[in-house]
Amino acid sequence: MSALLSLRDIWVEYGDKIVLERVDLDIEAGSFVSIIGPSGAGKSSLLRVVLGQEVPTRGTILLDGEPLAPECGPDRGVVFQRYSVFPHLSALRNTIFGLECAKAPLAARLFGGARRAAAAEAEEMLRSVGLDDALHLYPAQMSGGMQQRLAIAQALIKRPRILLLDEPFGALDPGIRADMHALITRLWRDYALTIIMVTHDIREAFTLGTRVLTLDKRRHDPHAPHRFGATAVYDLPLLRRTEPAASEEAADETSPQDDKEAIGNG
Amino acid sequence: MRWVNRHARRGDRIFLGAVPILLLVLLYLFLAAQRHAANPMDKILPLPASMADAMAALLFQADQLTGQFVFWADTLASLQRLGIGLGIATLSALVVGLLLGVLPPVRATFGPLLTVVAVIPPIALLPILFIALGLGETAKVALIVIGVAPVMMRDIAAHVAALPREQIVKAQTLGASSWQIMIRVALPQAMPRLLHAMRLALGPAWVFLISAEAIASDVGLGYRIFLVRRYLSMDVIIPYVAWIAILAILMDGALTLASRRAFPWAHGAGH
Repeated sequence: MSALLSLRDIWVEYGDKIVLERVDLDIEAGSFVSIIGPSGAGKSSLLRVVLGQEVPTRGTILLDGEPLAPECGPDRGVVFQRYSVFPHLSALRNTIFGLECAKAPLAARLFGGARRAAAAEAEEMLRSVGLDDALHLYPAQMSGGMQQRLAIAQALIKRPRILLLDEPFGALDPGIRADMHALITRLWRDYALTIIMVTHDIREAFTLGTRVLTLDKRRHDPHAPHRFGATAVYDLPLLRRTEPAASEEAADETSPQDDKEAIGNG
Repeated sequence: MRWVNRHARRGDRIFLGAVPILLLVLLYLFLAAQRHAANPMDKILPLPASMADAMAALLFQADQLTGQFVFWADTLASLQRLGIGLGIATLSALVVGLLLGVLPPVRATFGPLLTVVAVIPPIALLPILFIALGLGETAKVALIVIGVAPVMMRDIAAHVAALPREQIVKAQTLGASSWQIMIRVALPQAMPRLLHAMRLALGPAWVFLISAEAIASDVGLGYRIFLVRRYLSMDVIIPYVAWIAILAILMDGALTLASRRAFPWAHGAGH
């Protein structure tokens, strides 16, 4: 199995509160994985673990078979719901930033020809997310949808192996959200991206994803609810994407479904 | 209409703001005239004419001993001390604030020390400064630096540490190192806050300047005020205080303007 990203027996605990337990996942290159689940089921924790922002209490994460360093790196791009762009930089400079970091370790700025080349690349990327007439706007001058487009362009210019989206469209109007769905689908195809997206919106998860993961607690102890963590209770590969109606027939559970097994009630 | 909804128009606001100031000036003139009616030689509440006479001597006539124009020499000396002190404090606040704000190990190591230094009343250190650094310019500048720098450092460090975690993570996913995050993400966003901290530090900086000058100096605005106090020269003290107020307002305005010009993104650009 040629998994791009492998999670092996991941546990995340905060103190004695167990958030995630026994998470085993293989994510193949080119897939679009949606993660859904109730609030507090560890969706964002899982994303932070993959991102390297958080170190799992137990378990290993392999990217291309190599263990991941326990910090963020340019091989994993990210778009958060908010605060993903730098408010003090224009759209163009926000996008160039990633190139500058790689090519100018000390000054973190490019000059002359190198700068023009980077600017051209950034403009190309901004054009592909539809921001070609907002190159010199600051984020504060942009709408929420434009800011998310910018955040995506900024991440994609580093050509990350995996793009992580943490409720990226949660704060947007429904109309804008539909535009963004079309955009992310097009980018996913054009750039052959591997995407992991956390969302609250089940419809969005099934519309966009090629695979939907549901995180929830398998077991529940009413006396100590924090002692059992969540894991992937459903893992649904979707055969025909962009057709939400087809998702039901494609929904065969590959993982055992012994969810919600209440334990010990005296 | 409720009072919370009554917004004055721009022209009205200037008028409204001017009224209390004018009333205070009128009150002063009334009281001064009253005292002068009773005693034409009164020194406690001088009339504008005598203030103008006293200041003209300081402004336009060279001092017979030193050959200097006293008012300008005082202003220059005070501004120089204030500028150097505030400059050093600002620069160190930026460097220390960035290091503490961005790098958790540095914060853990030096954060408590900074807190301890910040709670020491600077005036209590003035004797130590005079003993250690002598009575010259260094001690006065050092008092200003010690007085305002710790507060500014803590402010900048807290501001940088409060930058959204998402931004720092995003910068790392774009390949930024700690150094690059410091100079490209934290530094630019700390700058408007730094100018704001300077504005807030101006008040304490003047206090420490006047204190240092009052205790040991031979030139300066604070020195002059405390010197002529011996002769009850309210006709010099009042214009000097007004001049200090004008200088402080000008500096505050200049800093606000500089922040708006240099960092439009921090002031709701384009909205």
